[in-house]
Amino acid sequence: MCSIHTVIPHPLFCCCYETLNGKCLALRTNITSFSKAMSENGALPLRGKVLTLDTMNANVKKVDYAVRGPIVQRAVQIEKELKEGVKKPFEEVIKANIGDAHAMGQRPITFFRQVMALCTYPQLLDDNKFPEDAKNRARRILQSCGGNSIGAYTTSQGIDCVRHDVANYIQRRDGGIPSDPDNIYLTTGASDGIVTILKLLTTGEGRTRTGVMISIPQYPLYSASIAELGAVQINYYLNEEKCWSLDISELQRSLQAAREHCNPCVLCIINPGNPTGQVQSRQCIEDVIRFAAKENLFLMADEVYQDNVYAEGCAFHSFKKVLFEMGPEYSSKVELASFHSTSKCYMGECGFRGGYMEVMNMDPEVKAQLTKLVSVRLCPPAPGQALMDLVVNSPQPGEPSYQTFMKERTAVLSALAEKAKLTEEILNTVPGISCNPVQGAMYSFPRITLPERSINEAKAKGQAPDMFYCMKLLEETGICLVPGSGFGQREGTYHFRMTILPPTDKLKIMLNKLKEFHQKFTQQYS
Amino acid sequence: MAKEVSECTVWEIRVMSNVKKILDVAEGTWEMESRLMGTPVGDRNNWSISNYFYLQVLAACFYPALLEDDSLPLDVKQRAESLLRECDGGSVGSYTDSSGITKIKHCVSQFITRRDGGVPSSPDNIFIKSGSQTIMLKLLIHSKDSCQTGVLIPVPTYASFIIALEEQGAAIIPYHLCEEQGWTLQVEELRKALHTGRKTCNPVALYICNPGNPTGHIQSRKSIEEVIRFAAEERLFILADEVYQSCVYGDDTEFYSYKKVLSEMGSTICSTVELASFNSVSKGFMGECGLRGGYMELVNLDPAVKEYASRLFSARSCPPVVGQIALDLMADPPKPGDPSFPTFSEVGEVFAELPGISCQPLKAGFFVFPCLHFSLKAIKWAKKRQMEPDMLYCLRLLEETGLHVRPGCEYGQRKDSHHIRFVHFISPVQKLSIMLLDIANWYLLSY
Repeated sequence: MCSIHTVIPHPLFCCCYETLNGKCLALRTNITSFSKAMSENGALPLRGKVLTLDTMNANVKKVDYAVRGPIVQRAVQIEKELKEGVKKPFEEVIKANIGDAHAMGQRPITFFRQVMALCTYPQLLDDNKFPEDAKNRARRILQSCGGNSIGAYTTSQGIDCVRHDVANYIQRRDGGIPSDPDNIYLTTGASDGIVTILKLLTTGEGRTRTGVMISIPQYPLYSASIAELGAVQINYYLNEEKCWSLDISELQRSLQAAREHCNPCVLCIINPGNPTGQVQSRQCIEDVIRFAAKENLFLMADEVYQDNVYAEGCAFHSFKKVLFEMGPEYSSKVELASFHSTSKCYMGECGFRGGYMEVMNMDPEVKAQLTKLVSVRLCPPAPGQALMDLVVNSPQPGEPSYQTFMKERTAVLSALAEKAKLTEEILNTVPGISCNPVQGAMYSFPRITLPERSINEAKAKGQAPDMFYCMKLLEETGICLVPGSGFGQREGTYHFRMTILPPTDKLKIMLNKLKEFHQKFTQQYS
Repeated sequence: MAKEVSECTVWEIRVMSNVKKILDVAEGTWEMESRLMGTPVGDRNNWSISNYFYLQVLAACFYPALLEDDSLPLDVKQRAESLLRECDGGSVGSYTDSSGITKIKHCVSQFITRRDGGVPSSPDNIFIKSGSQTIMLKLLIHSKDSCQTGVLIPVPTYASFIIALEEQGAAIIPYHLCEEQGWTLQVEELRKALHTGRKTCNPVALYICNPGNPTGHIQSRKSIEEVIRFAAEERLFILADEVYQSCVYGDDTEFYSYKKVLSEMGSTICSTVELASFNSVSKGFMGECGLRGGYMELVNLDPAVKEYASRLFSARSCPPVVGQIALDLMADPPKPGDPSFPTFSEVGEVFAELPGISCQPLKAGFFVFPCLHFSLKAIKWAKKRQMEPDMLYCLRLLEETGLHVRPGCEYGQRKDSHHIRFVHFISPVQKLSIMLLDIANWYLLSY
């Protein structure tokens, strides 16, 4: 029988499935003969499992998310051991691997939590301990929820009034450039939005398979999602010598090379950067937009750290704003999705899973499909949506909560700025460690020089050399970092990512312990 | 653009928007309804029917300053404190473990064990995540360059699951439920469907929804055994969607979990048939869909595959903390003796006094589902307004008293019978009696 590729309309569900008769026949034979064997034996034999590593979706095997990977698993184990009284050279594990501000002692913004309590338990609206502006926000949010409850499903795209508030926020932030609430999708953290857009864009086979350009180093959500979706990852290297800046010539080189084996159509930028912390200059953003327009690339702008800018002379420029200021030649053409979240900035509300994305210049038919795609998971968590509303609609001058709010916000951001500077300074005093200025975000990504012997020992163990280093660091000091290999780096270079989130005193202690360890490690393996 | 998504037609978009409309009504756009009737919706904070215990716990978790408040009952404070202790930094804003907070997974596994009359459940096999069905589908369904993976699904079934399957690129193999017998699942029909499916794809999974959506059918124990035996014979992975397990009513109906029945089917079957069961806070006593709390329990999954399942979860960060807390409260509600534990006897007593309302004895759960015997006049009035009589009753009740209850027509009931559903699980208990009297008085006055 010849191999027939057919598309059969399904009688009930108006969808189609393809059959590749040759392949399916072969597989069916296997199943039939196995079943035959089963029935020939009479009784039900001990069956092999339906779902094994061999029968599992092969793409899943390539999924790796270093931020919660093996080093974190070991850290959790060590914490257990400490609790059980096992003696260690340290008293606690410092989890500087994940960008979780509250876990490191940062306090939540009072106003936000007051409104959330009011939304959840509306009896509190009668309690005079809560300020009027908090109550008004709560009432407004509740009114736009089904059944006046934050427990009800919302529309899949997100609560109407929240999307309106998000659009207003974007408009204010971008100096008046209009934002349409219909282009706003509320998401379960920014991750949900990023994965959804990648899903939408991933198609083709072999040489026409979607290629996704992502910076090296990158936040491993991108590489994990690309692997899971079976898209092609296209690396462009950030320039470590120039403070992790983005060179258009490097974008060009990587694109050209990628065109040989796939269909590049997406360009992902993280600004401010993760793990590098670099804040793109306005000029750079313009160049990237021009490049995307020329090469027909869909731009994904991950801007979750937009309030985390510390370095002198650096400022956050949203991709959308720059795009629109470049005139209709670009602003009416370039397809852009920008992402934001409640997890970072000064809020640090990771556990709420709040976020949004704004899509610009998306083909209307594709947008309809996007709307349908998000409906599958029903809706993002309502409390996350409510929190996002508060972030974009925070207390204004004149409102009762304004003073306290601004005080808390400023305290968080200035503490982070201080810790960013401190980290850079201390790490740069260590011979063998070199740290670029932490211009923004929440991490430092210093380069470490590793002795040859340690590299060989690591390779003999089948471990990446920086993983070997980080594991040793964890076992000897209790400090949990993520090796640079989890984010990507130039061949032959090694790094680690460390958050700047622990309280200043603890951070100082941690950095000094790190300094001691590095010196000891270098000596030990020289 | 992704092929699976582009192949969907206008028909499907219409289905989805209908589903949305239905969801909107079901989840209470009373506001819209009331506006249509020309009356404004009043402030409902005093009398909305909800479980104060869990709302109080959630509020205290959001804003721990409330723990110093005298007005909160002791059990609320203790629960909130114990939950906050499990959160890094004592904040619900922190990330948690990707599969959920360990203590909460323990609580869920204990809930499952109690539910299943002692069948052991391990927290290691529990993944807290609303939308964990998608992760299972991802593991089971192959990418396009191999023979297409098939999943057996019931007809009728809810639209968003179909779209989820298409999104993953699965082949859909429909099996028809038998309407004449009350939407039962017939194994012969499964066999027929599988046989047809094998001609064109590689079927690996059997999706069951019990209690059924939209049918409201609940599978008998015997039916579940037959299905499990079928899955064992034909080597199918069972996906058991059991999110409606707390919405069971009627004297002779009982929910049996697939896991429990599986565990009682002899050593060969119970140790080999692979099963993933799903439950959520969206449908049970809380109906708190917006919080997105749910879990999946895995049975007999290959440990190597479980490793990869964990990785998929970790790449998705963690489930919303609020949803996890809601799950904890669902799995471990206040017990007799706790300040927030209401007494049930009042409910039956109040209704026994009233003509025109009858109520089955309360056996379990958090709902009351009394039957309203409307006068012909009331039924006519409803008909004129083109509404179900119990829907109209609920809308009027809401307008006039602020009490928010659900009409029986949303859940399914015999033709010409009418019910309302409300949560009797209210604290403080005094409010419950006042509320019941309100319902009773208003009913008497109106009809």
